[in-house]
Amino acid sequence: MTPNRRRLLSGAGASLVGLVLAGCDRLNRSEAVQATLAKAEDLTLAVQRTLLSRTALAKEFEAKDISDDFRANGTINPGEPAYRALAAEGFEGWRLQIDGLVERPLALSLADLRTRPARTQITRHDCVEGWSSIGQWTGAKLSALLEEAGLKPEAKFLIFHCADTLDPNAPGEMGRYYESIDLVDAFHPQTILAYDMNGAPLPVKHGAPVRLRVERQLGYKHAKYVMRIEAVDRFDNFRGGQGGFWEDRGYAWYAGI
Amino acid sequence: MDASPSPAAAPAQGQVLIRRHSLLVRITHWINVAALFFLLGSGLQIFNAHPALYWGAKSDFDRPWVSMTAQRQGGEPAGITQIGPLRIETTGVLGYSDGQARGFPSWATIPSYRSLADGRRWHFFFAWLFVLNGLVYLAAGIAGGHFRRDLAPRRPELSPRHLWGEVQDHARLRFPKDERAARYNTLQKLTYLVVIFVLLPLMLLTGLAMSPGFNAVTHLIFEMFGGRQSARTIHFISAGLIVAFVAVHLFMVLASGPLNNMRSMITGRYAIRKGEAT
Repeated sequence: MTPNRRRLLSGAGASLVGLVLAGCDRLNRSEAVQATLAKAEDLTLAVQRTLLSRTALAKEFEAKDISDDFRANGTINPGEPAYRALAAEGFEGWRLQIDGLVERPLALSLADLRTRPARTQITRHDCVEGWSSIGQWTGAKLSALLEEAGLKPEAKFLIFHCADTLDPNAPGEMGRYYESIDLVDAFHPQTILAYDMNGAPLPVKHGAPVRLRVERQLGYKHAKYVMRIEAVDRFDNFRGGQGGFWEDRGYAWYAGI
Repeated sequence: MDASPSPAAAPAQGQVLIRRHSLLVRITHWINVAALFFLLGSGLQIFNAHPALYWGAKSDFDRPWVSMTAQRQGGEPAGITQIGPLRIETTGVLGYSDGQARGFPSWATIPSYRSLADGRRWHFFFAWLFVLNGLVYLAAGIAGGHFRRDLAPRRPELSPRHLWGEVQDHARLRFPKDERAARYNTLQKLTYLVVIFVLLPLMLLTGLAMSPGFNAVTHLIFEMFGGRQSARTIHFISAGLIVAFVAVHLFMVLASGPLNNMRSMITGRYAIRKGEAT
């Protein structure tokens, strides 16, 4: 092949790749395409919920499996003055609010939370990025707390309000972290508000004073720095409407895959 | 593959058009092409979110067995790919390209710019299409006899002598044009069987083994692959093997008569020379 011909062919090849790429990017920016693609997420949720019994447990590991390099992602040190003040005094003044569609709103201190029914589990934390770390978590069973507060029949989801702002450039409250789960996950036996990690109080970088553990989903569902749990009948009217900080940025609400 | 000659068409002297691929095989083939194209591009996008691979249940961040990173070399950013003890500079392709740190370059990912959320959307949509299409193909292949008739090698075909002869023919790019071309050769049959019954199912199983939801349905799939990070590694390797298969497959299509091959996968009709040895 002559150099000219080779140049012509490789040029044609490169422009073909460029054309395909531009086409894919254009498709990716189309709202109709995105809406179609997102339908697969509903299918995944429906199928996994059919296959998964409500109480099927995530795999639990042994103490020897615990990671010595458990990675902290998202916010690792919230800068909000209110949070800093709470952290400075060992979260003495922190109260977990459980309110919204409940019969008896609760305000629990960390000491209160430690007297409630608890569970310890060694589980794998799967980040949406692809990595996994294994840790031991001890925390209050969310099901017991919800029974204590008494969910109203209209309650369908829980919104977890967090102390940290993950995107400081977003307008208003839009950069504040939050998450939501439905009642299937809320009442799952492994769903806990963890205050201990690997036998010690939860470190700030992992979400002190408590983080949610919802073991059958990816890491971004496990909200850190939880301040308030609000029982709601819908979440499409809250912040970006997709049910979480990352969900408002295009990630699936159901993160079981 | 039904080798009955078509009496209606006789395009060139001594040539007959036979019915080579059933409608179902053709439709599922092209759906699979689209699905694998988008699965590969979006899969590389997902990989780029953490361009490192591990063995076992968890990530030992200091000891990935494969990693693609951007590092400074003499003041200039360079892409470094590490595979076990091997350290290779891959600037412009892996680790560092288009002026940014990224595992695979933008021309290989869907979308081209960095977006894990979008990559996942494309991936799971086409994963469903791939699974449903594959189930249709498998069901029809079993019920209609496609596997038994067209893909299962006959006993004499498996003799070392016969296989060696085919290897030599392939190496010399010598392909029959007569009635023998109406059927898959043995190397083709074996390759297709491995892809259909090993590689593609392996992609699905290792993909499911990464799902924390599936983790709770059954722990079996995880244990089978040695943990979630092992499953991610095997998912990556088998994707590479599928890419290698496609490369060879396309080369063979070009080498053994691209127009005739394309026509047979689009219209089902394939031309062979009657009563003439090559």
